Order: sequence, then structure tokens, then C-alpha cells
Amino acid sequence: MTETTTPEVIYDKEGNAHEIVDFNDDYTGAKLGFWLFLFTELMLFGAMFLVFSFFFYRFSEDFVVASNNLNLTLGGINTIVLLISTYFMGISLLNIKQGNVEKSKKMIYITIALSIVFLVIKYFEWMAEIHHGIYPDSEALNVLSKGEILFFGLYFTMTGFHGIHIIVGIGVMIWAIKLINCKKISAKKYVVLENIALYWDIVHLVWVFLFPLFYMISFGGAA
Amino acid sequence: MDNTHKKSFYDETHTVFGHHENKFLQWIFSIDHKRIALLYLVVMMTFFIIAIFVALSMRMELFSPGQQIMEPNTYNQAFTLHGVIMIFLFVIPGIPAVFGNFLLPLLIGARDVSFPRLNLLSWWLYMLGAVLAIISLFVGQGFADTGWTFYAPYSVQTGTNVIFALTAAYILGLASILTGINFVVTIHRLRAPGMDFFKMPLFVWGLYSTAWIQILATPVVGITLILVILERTLGIGIFDPSKGGDPILYEHLFWIYSHPAVYLMILPAFGVVSEILPTFCRRTIFGYRSIAISSALIAIIGYLVWGHHLFTSGMSEWTKIIFAFLTFFVAIPTGIKFFDWVATMYKASIIFSTPMLWVIGTIITFAIGGLTGLTLVTLGVDVHLHDTYFVVAHFHYTIFGGVVFMLFAAMHYWFPKFTGRMYCEKSAKKAFYGIFIGFNTLWFPMFLAGAYGMPRRYFDYLPEFEIYHKIAGVGAVITIASILYMLYILYKGIKEGEPCGNNPWNATTLEWQISSPPPLENFKNIPYIDFMPYDYENGKPKRDLTKIIEGGDND
Repeated sequence: MTETTTPEVIYDKEGNAHEIVDFNDDYTGAKLGFWLFLFTELMLFGAMFLVFSFFFYRFSEDFVVASNNLNLTLGGINTIVLLISTYFMGISLLNIKQGNVEKSKKMIYITIALSIVFLVIKYFEWMAEIHHGIYPDSEALNVLSKGEILFFGLYFTMTGFHGIHIIVGIGVMIWAIKLINCKKISAKKYVVLENIALYWDIVHLVWVFLFPLFYMISFGGAA
Repeated sequence: MDNTHKKSFYDETHTVFGHHENKFLQWIFSIDHKRIALLYLVVMMTFFIIAIFVALSMRMELFSPGQQIMEPNTYNQAFTLHGVIMIFLFVIPGIPAVFGNFLLPLLIGARDVSFPRLNLLSWWLYMLGAVLAIISLFVGQGFADTGWTFYAPYSVQTGTNVIFALTAAYILGLASILTGINFVVTIHRLRAPGMDFFKMPLFVWGLYSTAWIQILATPVVGITLILVILERTLGIGIFDPSKGGDPILYEHLFWIYSHPAVYLMILPAFGVVSEILPTFCRRTIFGYRSIAISSALIAIIGYLVWGHHLFTSGMSEWTKIIFAFLTFFVAIPTGIKFFDWVATMYKASIIFSTPMLWVIGTIITFAIGGLTGLTLVTLGVDVHLHDTYFVVAHFHYTIFGGVVFMLFAAMHYWFPKFTGRMYCEKSAKKAFYGIFIGFNTLWFPMFLAGAYGMPRRYFDYLPEFEIYHKIAGVGAVITIASILYMLYILYKGIKEGEPCGNNPWNATTLEWQISSPPPLENFKNIPYIDFMPYDYENGKPKRDLTKIIEGGDND
């Protein structure tokens, strides 16, 4: 596609110049579009949080009992891992803006490594539950109280959804490294990486709400 | 086509994977917003015709009491198929995907939408969803038999292909979200210099409000459908009362999206009315700002009314009253629009071309549809009318009599812009009268049947309802025959119509200032917009921007 290279300008009656936005290379548009996408993510998780709050309200005590089965330490470590990974993602963006390509890539690799750590810990947590016979529709789960069934149904659904978002995040970070290698992300054109960093922010933001709702509601020995 | 013919978007295009020799590949990989619009149009109309014949078969089944042509269970699948195709494959993409895609950049003076490749991806996702829905017809126990609303717990228990249908609906929702994002960014970023929000054509306002609903409401139904899938496959229990779940919760989540979705359908249709009226009344629209703002108001209030679908499900009295009043409120911005439109027509020298006839038709039918909506939301009355034919009639009066009528109006009004030719006015008017009469014969009796207690979605009925079903059956035949006739007239217009020039209707908005069909990238020079969209003087458009747009290279 051969497009105009210099910005196109038109004039109003008073002779003031107005630039015409080129849709092929519109930084603000790309950012705005991605923010709108993040709104849809908020609505997606928001609906699940709504379901959670509805059942939490209805079966508060069961939820607290069920929450005792989750490993607060592992969940806490995961929260910290994810928060640190966001830090590295941000540093990567700062570096690409300043033209430090290699350092920026290194930061992305660290973020990917931390996300994998998160997934591994998550895997062991899920496995621990499954070894206890606790998974959706299992016999061991279905004899528990209704609130506990729902708690674990929601636990696997919501952390599962979050996990998928982490995996997608790793995918787009690898894609970002490829784009950096072929110079499609550079100190002048970094909007893709900026959007990926925003995405990573929302992924950790969702976790910051998931963690207290699932792990911490039993904290302090209520049950 | 003669030699002086200018190159249009039919002759050249941008594609996503570089150049293709094959004409077909040039279409399905095109990132030109106008070609994508036509891709949508072709697929959508195909599904529309399938769905009206499914509906016809249901009407034939109901023509007399007892079983005629299908099993009761087939009937359940038929109304589900009709609903799913009409809602998810036809009306929701509907006007935005076809006319929004084609016209949005033209109306605001842009060369394409903000994300042309994302636009193409939306169409491919739409196709994927469509193909999934089709596959589910032929495998396993056949298409879902739950109704298009997929209410739990039945949708969790039935043996039919609910998962296919839900996945299809989810993917179609995703396509819809991406279109919405694309439109909001386009409207914010690519308006021609000088055009502020209150200088945009009103169709753009309709699309803008619609796009926000697509972005903010669709994800909720997306996750709801996925929760049903998880319920069926894993048994997570959220909608299963035996595990503490709540089927009513499904209804809430579903309608949180699906009620805004009906405004998502109607707002672009209102936008089409506001485009067509000034053109054929030869004067600026009355109350431009109030029409623009009322679109946004409908979108906002439309979020807060979903509870009126659940009046008989046992929610608290106070909640019911609040939802009822919020629903009454929606009628206010809608009423504002209607009065503005009527005021525009008042003492105007109206030209009764086919698009104008459609608009007047819709003002009548939608008024009936809208006002019966107020009847339904009255709490005491709703207990009686809930899930009867009254609801069916109300819904079709709004969606067919509003949205689809306006889709047809848009198909006539912008036909010259799409094709560069004109259809036969005389035959097109006949088609309109045929559909209008057929439409009212088909659905008006249902109001009566519903008021006397005929429940919806029933395979059989008591003898006293036979007369209504007989009349509706006749109406269905008239309607479908006239729709096919209308499509034939338009098809003939494409083949044999007279070339029509840039602006056959003497309209004022930007799309009529460029050649028909428009060239690739639409505007050679983008004009500076410091005027209102519908300026007429002595019955003629006040400005002609053709020279500025197609002017010399060095300026």
C-alpha cells in the first residue's frame, strides 16, 4: 500500500491549517481502540465478579469454609510474581522508547519467565485440588455444601479464564519480540508494545481482585 | 459501463495479503470498508431468506390446529433456528455492518475506517460463526431447541446441539465487538477537520451509540454463553439449582446484554430515518441536537431496563416497579425523535419516493410496536400478556417494522450510491405496499390472539385461536412474496438500471458529493466541514462540494 508520507493538510475559511489524520498510522487511534478492548475485558470479568458476589452474598459462610482449602501462601507468591512481572513489562516499554532495544527485549524475556512461573504455581495449586478429588462435578465435590460446590465451580472458571489470559499474554509477548527483531517495534513506533503492556496491566489487575476474593476471605480465622 | 467511467472500488481494491489475480480472493481478502460492507450484505441476505422460509414453515404448521407438516420437536428447533439466524446473523450485524461500514467513512469524510484489517477480521469471524451454526443443523441431534434465548436449565439439559449454537453466538458477538471498537475509534479520530460531534450526520450518531452498546454489553452475554457451555461440559453448577446455582441468574445475565441489544438494533435504524427524512422533505431536520442526544440517552437508559423481561420470575415488587419506570423512561427519548421527525415533515413539500414511503411506513409500524411495549411493561398487564403472542407481535412490530423496514429503506436510498444505477421506482413502490399490507396482516392478529391468551412458542392451539393463525398465515405469504419481489426489483436495478449520477436524490451529506459508486479511498481531497449536515435553500442543497473534493492536485 503506497500512502502519502507527509501529513495532509487542509485550510478553513480563515486560512488556518488542519491536519488530516492518516488512518494507516494513527498512534492515538491505536491506543483508543485498545482501551475500548480493555473495557470489553472489564465487562467480561466484571460479569463473572457479579456472579461471584451474588453467590458470595447468598452462601457467605460456605464460601469462607471452602476458601480455607486454598493455599494462601502459593496464591500470595503468585500475586507478587505477577506484580513484579508487570514492573519488568513497564521497564521494557521505557527502554524501547529510549532506543535500548536489547535491554527492552531482555525485560520482555524476564516478564515471560515470570508468567511461566505463575502458570507453574497455578498448575500445582489446581493439581492439589484435583488430587483431593475437588474439581467441577466430581463426587467428592458434589457431596459438599452448595456454597462450596459453587465456590469451586467459580474458582476453576475464573482462575481458568485468567490463566488463558496469561497464556495469550505470553503469546503476544513472543510476538512483540519478533516485531522488535524485524524493527516493526522501535523507539519511534512502540504502540504495539505499549498496548501489550496495558493488556498485561489488566491481567494482573484482575488477579489482584481474584486473590482476595478466593484466598483471603477466610483469612483471620473466621471459620 | 462506458469509457468515461471513473475507476470505482469495484475496479480496484486493497487486500490484506498483497495482490491477488483471482477476483473472488480480491473480494474476500479486501480491506476496503465498502467491499466488506457488500460481503456482509450478501451473506446476511442469504441467511435472511433462509430464516423467513423457516418462519413460513412454522406459519404453515400453525395454519390449522393439530399437526400438519412437522413434529412438535422440529417446531421447537424451527423457532430456535429462526430466532438465532434473525437475531445473531441478520439483525444485530444488520444496519451497522452493511450500511455503517459502507457509509460511516463517507459520511464523516474519511478514506476508510480506523482499522481496516480488523474490519475484515470481523467479517471472517462472522463467517466462522455462521458456518458453525450451519454445521450444527446437520450433526448429532440437530439444531438447538431452546429458543434463541437459551434459557437455563433447559439449555443445560437438552440433547440438541446447544454448544454449537452458543459457540457460534459467542463468535458472532466477538465480531460485533470488534466492529463496535472500530466504529468508535473511527468516529473519534477520522472525522473531517472542522466536523465536531454536533456537525455529524445523525446516522453517525446512531452508529456511535450502537457501537458503545456493542462494546459494553456484548462481553456480558459472551461470558454468560460460555458459562452455559461450562455448565454443560464440566457441570460447574452456576445455573444448576441442585448445586446451589440459580437459573434466574442466567436470565438476568442474558438480558443485561440482550435488552441493550434491541436498542443496538434500532438506533442505527433511527439514524437511517434521520438521513432519509431531510432529503425527501427538502429541508433541514427539526431538532438536530435533540435527535443526536436522544440516541445517546436511549443507549444509556437501555442498559438499566433488562429486568422487565423477568416480571413473572418472582423478583421483588420494588425491583419490578423500578424496572417498569426505567422502561417508561426509554419512551421519552424515542418520543422526542418521533416528534422531531413529524415536525420535519410538517408543511414540507414531501417527495414520496420509495425510501420515503418506507420511512412513513416505519413511523406507523414502529409507533404501534413502541406503544405496545409500554402496555407490556405495565406490571399488572404484563402478568397476563407475558409469553403470549402479544409479545411476539410487539417484538416483530419493533424489529421488523422498525429495523428491517429501515434496512429496506436504506437498501433503496443508498442503492444509487452502491451501484451507480437506479432501480425501478414504480415496481419498488408496489413491493413496499405489498410488504406493508402483508406485514400488518401477519402480525396485527397476533396482538389479539395474545390478548385472548394464545401462548407463544406453542406447536398447537385451541380452536378459538384458529382465525388469527389463518389470517397471519395469509399475511406471511403476502409478506414473503413481496420481499422476494422487492429483492428481484433491486437485482434488476443492478443489471439494467439507468445510470444515476452522483446525487440523484439531491441530498446534502458528504457521501453524495463523490461519484457513484465511490472510488477507492473515497475522497481525493477531504473538505473542511464548518456547516450542519442537512442545509437546504429553496429546496436545493445549499452546497456542492464536488469541486473541492475532486479538485486539482496542487492545493
